[in-house]
Amino acid sequence: MKYLYYPGCSLEGTAIEYNRSTQALMKLFGVDLLELEGWNCCGASAAESISYLLSMVLPARNLAIAEKAVKDMDIKNEILVPCSACYLNLKKVEIKIRSQPELLKKINTVLNEEELHLHGNIKVRHLLDVIITDFGPEAILPRVKRKFKDFLIAPYYGCQCLRPYIIFDDPEAPRSMEPLIEAVGAKVFDWAMGGKCCGASLMNTKKEVGMELTTAILKQAKGADAIITVCPMCQMNLDAYQNNISKRCGENIRISVLYLPQLLGLAMGLSKKQVGLDLNLTVTQEVKAIFNHYC
Amino acid sequence: MESAIKQKPAFLPDPLAPVCKMLQACIQCGTCTASCVNSFAMDQTPRRLWRMVIMGQKDEVFRSKTFALCSSCYYCTLRCPRGLPLTEAMAALKQIAAKEKIASCKSGTLFYTSFLESVRCHGRVSEMEFMTHYFIRMKNPVAPFKYTSLGMRLLSKGKIAIPLTKKKKGPGSLKALFRKVAELEQLS
Repeated sequence: MKYLYYPGCSLEGTAIEYNRSTQALMKLFGVDLLELEGWNCCGASAAESISYLLSMVLPARNLAIAEKAVKDMDIKNEILVPCSACYLNLKKVEIKIRSQPELLKKINTVLNEEELHLHGNIKVRHLLDVIITDFGPEAILPRVKRKFKDFLIAPYYGCQCLRPYIIFDDPEAPRSMEPLIEAVGAKVFDWAMGGKCCGASLMNTKKEVGMELTTAILKQAKGADAIITVCPMCQMNLDAYQNNISKRCGENIRISVLYLPQLLGLAMGLSKKQVGLDLNLTVTQEVKAIFNHYC
Repeated sequence: MESAIKQKPAFLPDPLAPVCKMLQACIQCGTCTASCVNSFAMDQTPRRLWRMVIMGQKDEVFRSKTFALCSSCYYCTLRCPRGLPLTEAMAALKQIAAKEKIASCKSGTLFYTSFLESVRCHGRVSEMEFMTHYFIRMKNPVAPFKYTSLGMRLLSKGKIAIPLTKKKKGPGSLKALFRKVAELEQLS
């Protein structure tokens, strides 16, 4: 099976372990990920803060070359995106142009500069959607080589794979990761922060405010062994400032923040190196011990 | 006489008008404010800000930091009983602030324009390059130090690269697209 794949800028840099583990996990499912050739940045949260048209054109360019690519390669007209911010930016264009022909026309006027044309027949899919819908626990269970018994995991979804478009999970009380966590023998940590905001780019533009949000999430995660995420921005915000936050609130809130395909991949027999576990900024001694015991 | 009037319109177009249109059906219920994770840090609640936009209080709107504090979590958009695109309205205000060079939004605007400059030149973003750009344009000698510790950790993991040492991957320059976008926006 083949999927067209849009990694996005983070997965080439700060979230390289997300890229590595996604590719390795999909291979275990018998899937080839074909990277979209010549892809560009989706605009992140920068384009929409500066120009609406630019925030439409940057994702649209990717969709236009993706439409061509799926036709040439004769694969299904979908594009798989692991980063939630990229996913939403691309999804927005997919959905808006369906009901706004004027917008599509304007986008195409710009894309014409590169002799590209967007028709609007490609479907944007989040990695989590693909894992739970196209594979699910039934595809994971028979492939599990290590059961992480007594490993308590807090599933963290963040915002942009859930809202505003309701595609594969409840936008306020998400649960789609739970059967996956259970499939690898771990336990789901019961908390209410799964769909709350990590502060996103406020961590750069209004750091004090961003820190409040991550602090609230990390405090609530106390008692869990690890947090599992599906977004590079969430992962970075929750992972990178733990020393500061611990100092700030006078308690140790350090916790490992892993990507979903890292956990699933390890359970399905991949090595720590193959899922890039050495690249996460924080992996606590406790979690290292658990993985050393099993892997 | 008539041609003179045409040449020099009495009123400049109101930059808030398109945002006002997005918010027209607001019933001031306050669901947005109650749903906003960042409202604790805002000087005006989102509900009040919408009212100010509708009333055309441009100076007050841009004196407020409320829209700059939106982290695009989409809770308000999801829950708005009138189905209004509230997160997009916040973004629209950020766009106007950038265009009008509103002083209180300068740092955020510089951050985003530095980011986009990297995308315009290479098609993808290179963290090191864009942050360097940002620091230079901030003209604040201590600004980089806030990022040093994280930057060093990322560098040691090979997650960010010094621009000169790494061959750029990607689609190359997107200057033609950026130019066309600017041209169309000038027309509208």
